Amino acid sequence: MLIARDVTKEYMSGEQRLAVLHDVSFRIEQGSFVAIVGPSGSGKTTLLGLLAGLDTPTRGTVLLDEADLGKLSENDRARLRGEKVGFVFQSFQLIPTLTALENVQVPLELRGTNGAAERARELIDRVGLTGRGHHFPTQLSGGEQQRVAIARAFANSPKILFADEPTGNLDNATGHRIFELLQSLNSDGGSTIVLVTHDFSLASRASRMIRLLDGAIVEDTGAEAAIPA
Amino acid sequence: MIGLSRSIWSLAWRESRTARRRLLLYMSSISLGVAALVAIDSFSANIIQSVKDQSRALMGGDVSFNSSTPIPPRVDSLFDSLARHGVSFARVTTFPSMAVVPRTSGTRFAQVRGVTDNYPFYGDIVTEPAGRWPLLHQGAYAIVDPALLTSLDAKVGDTLRLGFGTFTIVASIRDVPGAAGIAEMLGPRIFIPARYVAETQLLVFGSTAERAVLAKLPNGVDPDKFVKPFKKRVEDQQVRVRTVTQTEMATADAIENLSNFIGIVGLVALLLGGIGVASGVRAFVARKIDTVAVLRCLGASSGQVLAIYVAQAAAMGLVGAAVGAALGVAVQFLLPRVLTDFLPIDVRVTLVPSAVLTGLAVGGWIALIFALRPLLALRNVSPLQTLRRDTDAEVLRMRWTDAPRIIVNAAMVLSVVAIALERARTTRQAIGMSGATGVAILALAASAGLLSWAARKGLRTRWPYVIRQGVANLYRPGNQTRAVTLALGFGAFLVSTLYLVQSNILRRFTVAASESRGNVVFFDVQQDQRGGLDSLVRARGYDVVQVAPVVTMRIAAINGKRVSDMTPVGRGQRGRASWALRREFRSTYRDKPASSETIVSGKWFGERALKATPDTGEISLEDGIAKELNVKLGDVITWNVQGVEIPTRITSLRKVVWTRFEPNFFVVFAPPVLKGAPTQFVLLAQVKDPTGVPLLQRAVVNRFPNVSSIDLTAIKRTVDRIVGRVSLAIRFMALFSLAVAIPVLFSAVSATRR
Repeated sequence: MLIARDVTKEYMSGEQRLAVLHDVSFRIEQGSFVAIVGPSGSGKTTLLGLLAGLDTPTRGTVLLDEADLGKLSENDRARLRGEKVGFVFQSFQLIPTLTALENVQVPLELRGTNGAAERARELIDRVGLTGRGHHFPTQLSGGEQQRVAIARAFANSPKILFADEPTGNLDNATGHRIFELLQSLNSDGGSTIVLVTHDFSLASRASRMIRLLDGAIVEDTGAEAAIPA
Repeated sequence: MIGLSRSIWSLAWRESRTARRRLLLYMSSISLGVAALVAIDSFSANIIQSVKDQSRALMGGDVSFNSSTPIPPRVDSLFDSLARHGVSFARVTTFPSMAVVPRTSGTRFAQVRGVTDNYPFYGDIVTEPAGRWPLLHQGAYAIVDPALLTSLDAKVGDTLRLGFGTFTIVASIRDVPGAAGIAEMLGPRIFIPARYVAETQLLVFGSTAERAVLAKLPNGVDPDKFVKPFKKRVEDQQVRVRTVTQTEMATADAIENLSNFIGIVGLVALLLGGIGVASGVRAFVARKIDTVAVLRCLGASSGQVLAIYVAQAAAMGLVGAAVGAALGVAVQFLLPRVLTDFLPIDVRVTLVPSAVLTGLAVGGWIALIFALRPLLALRNVSPLQTLRRDTDAEVLRMRWTDAPRIIVNAAMVLSVVAIALERARTTRQAIGMSGATGVAILALAASAGLLSWAARKGLRTRWPYVIRQGVANLYRPGNQTRAVTLALGFGAFLVSTLYLVQSNILRRFTVAASESRGNVVFFDVQQDQRGGLDSLVRARGYDVVQVAPVVTMRIAAINGKRVSDMTPVGRGQRGRASWALRREFRSTYRDKPASSETIVSGKWFGERALKATPDTGEISLEDGIAKELNVKLGDVITWNVQGVEIPTRITSLRKVVWTRFEPNFFVVFAPPVLKGAPTQFVLLAQVKDPTGVPLLQRAVVNRFPNVSSIDLTAIKRTVDRIVGRVSLAIRFMALFSLAVAIPVLFSAVSATRR
């Protein structure tokens, strides 16, 4: 459901043209758990941005559920994100002036969905934070904040969830618990999960691993199907 | 769709939790501007309504006929024929006199009003003891201002001498329609029956007296329609005609002046407030970048993002405007108390909903449009900022060809111009005001740029670290140099303008006492009294500084064209001003210019003019009145001097220092021209010791009861009171401007702390 075809991203640095990604191609099927791993500077965060439609490639195509992201306007991509995509960030990125419950409600409110509060409460329960819904982010621990973020990411029942170093700001034990939560959401709910990390040990626990180095794929443990031309 | 906007609203409300107080503080920048506008609009409306309600009582009738000479017989017969058609007439003769209470030897300059028994037609006069007004006409009685009793140490029942007449004081005035104005400060009022005016013998020809004939029309007759058939004829006889509507219009006109001035102050304050809002919201926007980026990731369109923050700004702007409106209403209720001495009427204070709503709308709109400018930058915040964060300045940068930005900028300019147009008297004034503000803003922005450039060029590495950091912050990316310069500069602009206006207004009032050579003036001195008065003053060891002859006259024609054939114009318009053309002139003749005068064009009377009596005599005109009459050197003015027509040519124009306590004249004749004309005199004396003044005044009035006198101290005291009030008002407004500047500065500085 997510296809990257010859994706290239270049930046202008003064007079020079720098390529952060060259000709990256792969295909991710619905329901898979993919980890994109590489050292810092390998282009993995840039790739994440392109796959999620936060940015557009210099050359190449990204197809999300058959929609060509490069051809959509900023607002159209935003709408698509609201319908099909969930996000989890390294620094949690919760809105500080809203409670945990209200944070989870945001994606639903942006689409005008009814029963937002109900659904938010369900999700808070699902991530194991029953009774903490009325607390503000500053009143929650790192692990708890990340769980709120995960609950929020699932608010609109997204087809695909992108996670950028979700355990980066957490200690080992908490990080593992978060990872396990993601895995259970993948196996129970069937959502596709694309996780970006520099932590090799974490990445190897995913069902498929794509390794990036200097903007190109050097290893792909799950490159079974050929990319349709 | 409705569900969507409701959720956006609740999201906007909840998201604003911690920012609300700060946003409100930024928005309070406009509160005081709104307060000024609401206060002055409400107050003006109250005054105009009060005048409408009280105009008949103020005037004492439906129509008022006024003249400074006795009513001509032709006009009197017009009144007789009108009386036969059901119109009632009352007469009031007002003239100055020295009031003497023999019991206490108290002497005071006063204003006497001789009234017929049907005066006033409207309004009630309340006396102390009560109910004594009808008593007035039963004998030689007087009803006086309480101020007179105090200054003469007199009481009800005392005998009062006015000129050659004797009266008994039967009551003091507690309430007369029309509050005591400034004129009453100088000369308290004395009411006597009209039939006893002749007894005072003060109304010889040429003495200053104002005659008013008040008409009461039958029910349902419109005053303006009533006077139309004969208005011009009457005015040609030098009798002024005024209806109730004219009084209302004249007051409305006067109020409009004040209202426009304060409205402009309010507008500038509002603009200053807008700058504060813009600075504050810019700081607010920088703090919201992260949240906006997340919202975009979660599916918010740029429109939704903008809607959320515009909603917050709009809500706080409305609250700020509401606070301002409430403050304005509070001031409106206080103003009459402060201004009571200056107002000729009692102002009834009521809430004026239209003023409040206008203030809310204008204030809310200004807050919104100035907030919108920095808010627009939020549209450009990319969701990528969640992954990799650029500096605030880079994230918020907008291309200046960006269409919505251009539209908002244009809307800001148009809003300012629109408000200026609505407030100013003329389109030219409004455009001028907007233009001046635009120039001020550009100049300030340019100087800010200059400062940044100078800081960059002038920075030296050998300076101490702290200094270097401070100076570098003036030009570093994201610096707020322009915003703070604008806020400070505009605030200074506002305050200094107010002080400039204050000194302009007050300059007119400063009585240059030290420059004057005399301190007591005697007037209405008859020809046969001149010598006696002169000796009396000298006998007491005082100096007679100046004796000026006074001849009363009117303009009959200018350059051959009769005044009755001219179309005079109102104040401030081009042409011959009506008030100057129709007034009674009190002119003098001299062979030398006075020490308070300078010739600005032409030449003073030469040898020939001073000796012979030519066909066309020479006159010297004061340059201000020359402008009002639209005449220049060489023009011929024909004067009507008590029935005799005398042509004269303007041979010089003078500048007169009016504020010196000396007899000053619009028109000075070469002496031979007025030989034989009926003349009175004005005498200026210098009395060195202050206690000698009342004694001298008493002595003069005992010997010459028709001669009135004023001493400089009395005038100075009155002027000081006026000056004090005006200064207080201006100082209040300056304080108000400073108060506006505070939240604005706070907002501007907020933007620097990030």
